[in-house]
Formats: sequence, structure tokens, C-alpha cells
Amino acid sequence: MFNFLVQFIPRAVVQGVPLMYGCVGETITEKSGNLNLGTPGIMYVGGICGVIGAFFYENAVGNNMNPFLGVFIPLMCTLIGSLLMGLIYSFLTVTLRANQNVTGLALTTFGIGIGNFFGGSLIKISGADVPSIVLSRTSKLFSATIPGASKLGAIGEVLFSYSTMVYVAILFAILAALIISKTRVGLNLRSVGESPATADAAGINVEKYKYFATCIGAMVSGLGGLFYVMGYASGIWSNDAFGDRGWLALALVIFTIWRPGHSIWASIIFGGLFILHNYIPTGVNLANKELYKIIPYLATIIILIITSVRNKRENQPPESLGLSYFREDR
Amino acid sequence: MNKVPLIHITRRKELPWYRSWAVRVIAVVVALILCGVITLLLVKENPISIYATMIKGNFGTTKKVWNMLEELAIMLCTSLALAPAFRMKFWNLGGDGQVLMGCLGSAAVMILLGGKLPNIVVVLLMLVAAIVAGTIWAGIPGFFKARFNTNETLFTLMMNYIATQIVAFFVVVWENPKGSSNVGIINQASRAGWLPTIFNQKYMIIIIVAVLLTAAIYVYMKYTKHGYEISVVGESESTAKYIGIKVRKVILRTAALSGAICGLVGFLLVGGVSHTLTTSLSAGRGFTGVMVAWLGKFNPFFMILTSFILVFLDKGAKEITTIFGLNDSFGSILTGLILFFIIGCEFFLNYQISFRKKQNKEVA
Repeated sequence: MFNFLVQFIPRAVVQGVPLMYGCVGETITEKSGNLNLGTPGIMYVGGICGVIGAFFYENAVGNNMNPFLGVFIPLMCTLIGSLLMGLIYSFLTVTLRANQNVTGLALTTFGIGIGNFFGGSLIKISGADVPSIVLSRTSKLFSATIPGASKLGAIGEVLFSYSTMVYVAILFAILAALIISKTRVGLNLRSVGESPATADAAGINVEKYKYFATCIGAMVSGLGGLFYVMGYASGIWSNDAFGDRGWLALALVIFTIWRPGHSIWASIIFGGLFILHNYIPTGVNLANKELYKIIPYLATIIILIITSVRNKRENQPPESLGLSYFREDR
Repeated sequence: MNKVPLIHITRRKELPWYRSWAVRVIAVVVALILCGVITLLLVKENPISIYATMIKGNFGTTKKVWNMLEELAIMLCTSLALAPAFRMKFWNLGGDGQVLMGCLGSAAVMILLGGKLPNIVVVLLMLVAAIVAGTIWAGIPGFFKARFNTNETLFTLMMNYIATQIVAFFVVVWENPKGSSNVGIINQASRAGWLPTIFNQKYMIIIIVAVLLTAAIYVYMKYTKHGYEISVVGESESTAKYIGIKVRKVILRTAALSGAICGLVGFLLVGGVSHTLTTSLSAGRGFTGVMVAWLGKFNPFFMILTSFILVFLDKGAKEITTIFGLNDSFGSILTGLILFFIIGCEFFLNYQISFRKKQNKEVA
């Protein structure tokens, strides 16, 4: 059992980290009252932008890669790509006050399209036999681990064996939790999400907060896409491989009842649930495996029901989530 | 100092219909031009031939026209299913799951009873099974929304994935031949449970259903008591309570209706189009349907137009990708771009922008 856990937990963590980025990003966004259903698309764009950056950098310099640039270029590409997606969403919903659900769904269609289109084009350029792009050199830079961790045995394996981006995700989650609950900026942000009219009356610039929260949230989510490619898939991009993780990240936001701090353990649990079906001995009965994949979604629904039945005020979604704000409306 | 902002935005009164449609048409045209330019940069063809290819993808051959009509009918039915719920501000994002459950219900009857009962009975049972499955799938979130005000957007979204996995489970159970992880064409020899062809056209029956459904939903929303209750609940729940509408009942009933029609779509897909069961049968139509219904302002006749735009784009982009050797996902990019424009143009219908006037400046 112990050996199993030592083997299982690191895998669950690596599965969970893309979800953690997505969840923290989306929580920041939702705290401002914007329900961004475009997150799955944003994570695709984040992933493919990093891949594009890494691909051209690897091809340009060949074998003598500068480790700093090798990390910096894909990182910047991801941040810029997901920032642009966040800007599209905020421009449409905040400035033009479009319907958030419709805009988000359109953004997801667009983002997944971008990811698979450029992914497919790069595969064509690289002329590979298999339908994927391999960026193992960049991935190696991203997965540099803490030196000496492997000597610490089981504890090292479970706690210290990960690449930097895993710890960055945890750092982001803690930072987001602190900023949202402990600082004035966080208080303002929450008030914008709960009641924009009140916030506006108190002199808070509602549009600015919504823009910043959505764009920062999008950039954090986008990093989840980058980590998926570079950290989890060891630098291999193939179309649609990212799958439904974006929606799972959205589910995780509900599961954590809008508290980024909880996303650290919750995303690891979700990651574990996501791969659990590989570990449950089913023998020849492959059908049951499909049923085990239901667990994370079912858990989310149960949390959703429980929070609404108990109706505790501190566990509710932001009051104005999904609504656009226009000052002159009554 | 009296600061007057440069831009002042006010809500405007409703525009006459021809002006609002003019704005929408302009948005679509601008978006199409942008799409043309992007395609142009990628394939370096002359723009006319790009648009011609798009038209050819939809109307090039008789077969393509029928395929396009079938897609249009299914798309329209899905969005018609969602429209009453949206009217009530019940954001049913679970269309995909409800359609899939409908597919599952139909396929189950086809596989288990096909050939054992007279064909007409099988088809009727398929229809019933599909509608029941769809109703349950939307009824569950509807019940919790009505009873506990549980967030339906997220609930229905999660129900999609549960439906997908349940279908995946049955695909493995019913796989044919064993080990192929594929159901294959159901009852290929006996054609039990296949919808009949009308005038030798496989898809005619689907188109007829879509036409009837459009009319039915139009009447239901506009001329029945139910339709009235839906719009009152959508506008304001407190008003609805005040005038004695049982809000919970309306929410549950409308959600269930939404699911029932989605189930019907599943029945059409399995019985009339694919004759198989896969997890991707609904192909994201539950999401596209949201956009179609919303862009068509929940009016069934406008929705014919909006679903045509989306289907046309999709088919056209597919044709471009095959002819010019681009990647399949090009269509999604174009669709996304055009949607952004249509979504964005709504602003100019609802709001008026006035710039700071000169005299204001002197005062400041």
C-alpha cells in the first residue's frame, strides 16, 4: 500500500497541476463576477502558444539552447496568448456587455480551434510520421527538479520530486487566496463580484477590476496548458490530447467553493480521480473503467447540491456571477 | 472642476427591426471579410475563390445539399430544445448530455428489441426511450434549481460528462465485433429501428420533424399559457410569484421539456442519421445550440437563420480545409471569429454612444 501511494501520489499531483492553474485562474476571474466559460479554450491557447515559441526557438538554435531563453520564450508566448484571450472575453463582456455564457462558449470554440489548427500546422511543418510535435529539449528545461530530492526516499518522491512549475502553481494558489481574503485589492475585487453597483458607489472602478481579474485569471489558466505540454506530457503536443481538463478545472472552482487555497489539495484529489481508473483492477471488464471516470464530475455535482441546500452565505458563488454590469441600469 | 467623460453610453430604446437586422448583417459581413483575409493569408488564393469554395461546400452537389439540410435540421432542433429554458433564464448547457442520453435510449431499444418486435413498435419505443432519457437528464438539474436554487449552468455542464462516460460504458458493453471498442452500424442487415425514407430521401423525415418543431415551439412560446409563464419567470421571479405563477413548477416543467426535445434529437441522430452509438454523436451541438438560440433572440424563425449561418460556415470551412489542405480545426477558428462579431454587435443594438460635445468642453 505504502509503495503504491508513493507511486500514485506523484502522478496524481502531475495530473492535478494543470487543473490547479485553471482553477486558480478561473476563481480570480469569477471573483470579479465574470463566469468565463472560455477557460478550456484559453488553456488550449496557452498550451499551443508555448509550443509554438518552443518549436521555433528549438529549430532556430539547434542543440546549443540557452536554458534561460528556452524557458523564457515559451513562457512569454503562453502569457501573451492567454492574455489576448482574456482581453477578447473582457472586451466583449465588460465593455460591450455581451452575454457571458455565450461569449465564453464562443471563446472555447475559438481557442480549441486555434490550438488544434496551429498544432496540426506545426506537425505538418516538422514532417513527423506520428501526429504530434516532440519538444523534449524544452520539456527537459521545464522539468528541472530540486537537486538531491531523489536521495530522500519516499518523502523526497512525494514532496520534492516535481518540476518548478508545480511549486509555482501552489505558490499562485496561496498568493491568490491571501490577496483575495486579506488585502484591500481582494476586498474590492470581491465586492465587484458580489454587488458591482455597491462597489461602484463606493468609488471602485468596476470595469478596471473586471478587466484585470479576467486577464490575470486567463494568464494563470494559460500556464496550466503550458504545464500540461511541458511538464506532464514531456513536451509532446498532439491535437485534442488536453481533452476536457478545462471543464474539469471549472468544476474544481465549484468543488473548492471559490477558495483558491483549497484548490491545492482538491486539484490533487481530482488528478488522482482522473487517473484512478488506471489503477483499479478491472481485469478484462473494460466497461467499468469508463464508469470510474464519472467520479470527479459526480463529486462536483454533489458539492454543488450540498452548498445550495445548506445555503450558507460564505459558501455561495459570487452574487453577480454571470451578469454584466451597466451603471445606468436599475 | 467638472469632468465630462469623453464617451457617454446610454441604453437605447428598441430599434426598429430593419435597423437592428442591418447592424447584424453588417457584423456578419465584416466578420466574413475578416475570415476571407485570414484564409487569404494562409492559402494565398484569390478571395473570390475562397468564398466560392465555401458555397460549393454547402451547395456543390445534391448530396451536399441534403447533408447540409440534415445538419441544419439537427442544429435547429437542438437549439429549439434549449430556447424555452433560456427564455426563462435557465442556462441549460447540458444539451450535449441530454442529446447523448437520447441517443443511448434509442440505441438501447434498437439493440435489445430490434427484430424481436414489429419495426413500427421498435421505432415508437426508441422515441419514448429517447424522450424519457433526455427528460430525466434535464429534469435532475431542473429539480434542484427549482427546489434549492442550485446553479444550473454548472450542474448541466457536469451532467454532460457523466452522460459521456455512461455512453462510453455502454459502447464497451455492446461493442460489435468484440474488442473493437465500437458499436458499429446497428441492425445493418435488418434495418430494424431505422427511420423510414420518404420520397427516397433518407433525411426527409428529419427535415419534416424540424419544420414541425419550429412551428410548435413558436406557438408554444407565443400563444400558450406555458409560454407566457416562461417569459414572466425569465423577466422577474418576484413578479411571477406575485401574479400567482408557481415558479418551481414552471422551472421544472420547462427544464424537462428542454431535455425531452434534446432526447428527440438523440432519437433522430441514432435512428435517422448515424445508426450507431458513439460518445461524440452530439458533436458539441449542445454548446453551439446555446449560441444559435441566443443569437436568434429565442425566436424560432430567426433561429433558422442563425443555425444556417453556423452550419454554412462549418461546412464551408470543411470544404476549404480539404481543398486547400488546411487543418480541420480551421472551421472552429472562423466560427469563433464570426461569433465574436455577432455577439459584439448586440452592444450597438442595446446601447447608444454619444461623444463629449464641444460646448461641454468649454464649461470644463
